[in-house]
Amino acid sequence: MSAEKTENLSWIDKRFPLTETWRAHLSEYYAPKNLNFWSFFGSLAILTLVIQIVTGIWLAMNYKPDATLAFASVEYIMRDVDWGWLIRYMHSTGASMFFIVIYLHMFRALLWGSYRKPRELLWIIGVIIYLAMMATAFFGYLLPWGQMSYWGAQVIVNLFAAVPVIGDDLSVWVRGDYVISDVTLNRFFAFHFLIPFVLAGLVFLHIVALHHVGSNNPDGIEIKDGPKGNRWSDKAPADGIPFHPYYTVKDFMGVVVFLALFSLVMFYAPTMGGIFLEAPNFQPANPMLTPPHIAPVWYFTPYYAMLRAVPPMWGSQFPGVVVMFGAILIFFVLPWLDRSPVKSIRYKGPIFKVALAIFAVSFVVLAWLGMQPASALSTLLAQIFTVLYFAFFLLMPIYSSLDKTKPVPERVTS
Amino acid sequence: MRKLIIASLLLFAPAMLPAAEGPPLQKAHIDLHDQASLQRGAKYFVNYCMGCHSLQYMRYNRLAADLGIDEISLRENLLFGDAKPGDLMENAMRPEDKLKWFGVVVPDLTLVTRWRSPDWVYTYLKSFYLDPTRPFGVNNVLFPLVGMPHALGDLQGQQEPEFVKDAAGKPMVEGVKLIKQGLLSPKEYDAMVRDITAFLTYAGEPIQLERQRLGFYVLLFLAFLFVIAYYMKKEFWKDVH
Amino acid sequence: MSAEGVNKMRRRVLVAATSVVGAVGAGYALVPFVASMNPSARARAAGAPVEADISKLEPGALLRVKWRGKPVWVVHRTPEMIAALASNDPKLVDPKSEVDHQPAYCKNPTRSIKPEYLVAIGICTHLGCSPTYRPEFAPDDLGADWKGGFHCPCHGSRFDLAARVFKNVPAPTNLWIPKHTYLNATTILVGEDRGGAA
Repeated sequence: MSAEKTENLSWIDKRFPLTETWRAHLSEYYAPKNLNFWSFFGSLAILTLVIQIVTGIWLAMNYKPDATLAFASVEYIMRDVDWGWLIRYMHSTGASMFFIVIYLHMFRALLWGSYRKPRELLWIIGVIIYLAMMATAFFGYLLPWGQMSYWGAQVIVNLFAAVPVIGDDLSVWVRGDYVISDVTLNRFFAFHFLIPFVLAGLVFLHIVALHHVGSNNPDGIEIKDGPKGNRWSDKAPADGIPFHPYYTVKDFMGVVVFLALFSLVMFYAPTMGGIFLEAPNFQPANPMLTPPHIAPVWYFTPYYAMLRAVPPMWGSQFPGVVVMFGAILIFFVLPWLDRSPVKSIRYKGPIFKVALAIFAVSFVVLAWLGMQPASALSTLLAQIFTVLYFAFFLLMPIYSSLDKTKPVPERVTS
Repeated sequence: MRKLIIASLLLFAPAMLPAAEGPPLQKAHIDLHDQASLQRGAKYFVNYCMGCHSLQYMRYNRLAADLGIDEISLRENLLFGDAKPGDLMENAMRPEDKLKWFGVVVPDLTLVTRWRSPDWVYTYLKSFYLDPTRPFGVNNVLFPLVGMPHALGDLQGQQEPEFVKDAAGKPMVEGVKLIKQGLLSPKEYDAMVRDITAFLTYAGEPIQLERQRLGFYVLLFLAFLFVIAYYMKKEFWKDVH
Repeated sequence: MSAEGVNKMRRRVLVAATSVVGAVGAGYALVPFVASMNPSARARAAGAPVEADISKLEPGALLRVKWRGKPVWVVHRTPEMIAALASNDPKLVDPKSEVDHQPAYCKNPTRSIKPEYLVAIGICTHLGCSPTYRPEFAPDDLGADWKGGFHCPCHGSRFDLAARVFKNVPAPTNLWIPKHTYLNATTILVGEDRGGAA
């Protein structure tokens, strides 16, 4: 660095921990050297959050959160605002990509045992991020004020009405009105705008928690517990490499591939056959006419399938609501359900592998079932796969202890 | 092993669920690159449909620019009354009159091909049949008890329903048959309906051809950027063993 | 050169190449966001040129039309008014319209296409109020020298009947003359000329 640059830098460093932060979190943050494909999704999640916030703010320049103006304002953006169509499609594609990325990110945690000690709090913050994402998406979906927006919100808010005793008052309070109306739309817009910034704060906490204990790796072994000393530092873990430049450069590659897939969808199939942008939503909301099939967007459908799978009990849909929310909340206790002596699936036995495979398949099948119109067969299948989904968690204390694990190596493998 | 087989068979069970309902749709075979087709479709729409159906999100000057229609042709063929080129394609019928005359609010059609489909619109316009029990004397296979008269009836001619028995043994309309040709032959009528469908598909998303064109260049750029990024990664990772 | 040196060179080249190409991509990615903030098709339609019908505009009278949300005046100047314009020159800040507040074809003593019609945007160049039309010669409040013009009620700026600003008033420049053209003898199109829309 030139003398002037060092001078400027030390001026800043005396007033702000710039170089210190750069070193601690980038150039001297030692991550395991064996990170693979599954590691891309953390940085991609940050990228997608930024894309959603930027495109969201730009949409807010022209969107009108008023029941009589909202639908038309979206078409105004699509047609009259220069490049508005691209910003809109970026936002709608980005929403689905965000969930694809986050589901793969969560799956990585299941594969490597990244929720195990000492990363339980990291995992919990992550589940809170997931909940905040779902809330954001739910509030956001009402905003176009299409048929699916309106009726989807109607169905979900009615779930609150299923709560015993306080249900009706609760749903009126959420809506701010006796039915989904302009009042609801306006407040959902406020929440949809707000929560992404809360999300950004949660992501910051998530990374602080991660860097405090260090990153996990495909072998699930703690590089900090291993030998010390590598090419760059005598005190750093032997199996660690500086995040910058090695993972910045690798993540950049991942970003380019991600943007290519993103662009493929955005420019050639923005509706994704009605999965990313649902056909009924090209009709303005009509409180007098319910569309033949109401389904939430694909990233909610696994839980929707579970909700529909549970029959009404004692005249109430509440048990279904409990099961649905239970399926999400159970993620919180995962760190304490897994009793295996090893973290990563590489060294776990056949039972855990089968259980995880069944869980993944169940999630996908439930997602698909949630998109279909209800029928006797689809309900039966949803019931079976809901049981399998919960079995993954509830039986885990048992099968993770019984499982025959493989010996874990001392040093990371590729 | 057996359990694994049974488990994987369960995976295929969802395929047994019922498929999408409704009568089969005929393929419209529209070509959005055929500007002449879109221009004809615009002309047909303005002349036959816009009396009742608005295109409230479409601007005349946008249509003219995208379809290669110059300002004079626009003013002569598509602009009526005191509409200006920059105006939205709204129509003069008041909502109260629509409700009174048709029993339902006549829908705007800007987005119809996005929430139905181009094939649906095409099939719909070909599926009207005579039904003396209806206020306007017609019904439609795709849209039973529709409140719309057959605006193109003079051109297509008259069709009769073909019945089959449903599961309960009641007669159900399955298809239609042309019994009296109108001013156009079936082929000419199909071509007209195809043009209208193509135009409405354009109107549903005017930017679609441009977005596909841009996508090609974006992907080309990203492919190039990936190659450089890949070599950069490989070069730095030589350090790591 | 040692092996290490060659290595570093390759690295620098690759980083530079990626940075340049990446920056180009980022630049292109920025375009939609910046461009989307331009006036939309709706704003352009609302801001479209406006026709002013002057068939019934009496000599000495002022017609007001709205263009892009702004008041545009068409003044039918009498021969008296036109003849008196030159006598104002010594009292004006910019008698020859050096400052670019008019299209090229209006850079003349009457600041117009036809001398008998002034077309001007009725917004004071001081702080944006709309001046009052004072066509009468030598009224009490404006003095014996007043040969007709515009007087802004907000801070007292004065303009003559060619919309040129007087010295020693708050407004710094002449009023704006918009692009315009005569569609025929009785219709002025405000906001567009042979060169296209404003």
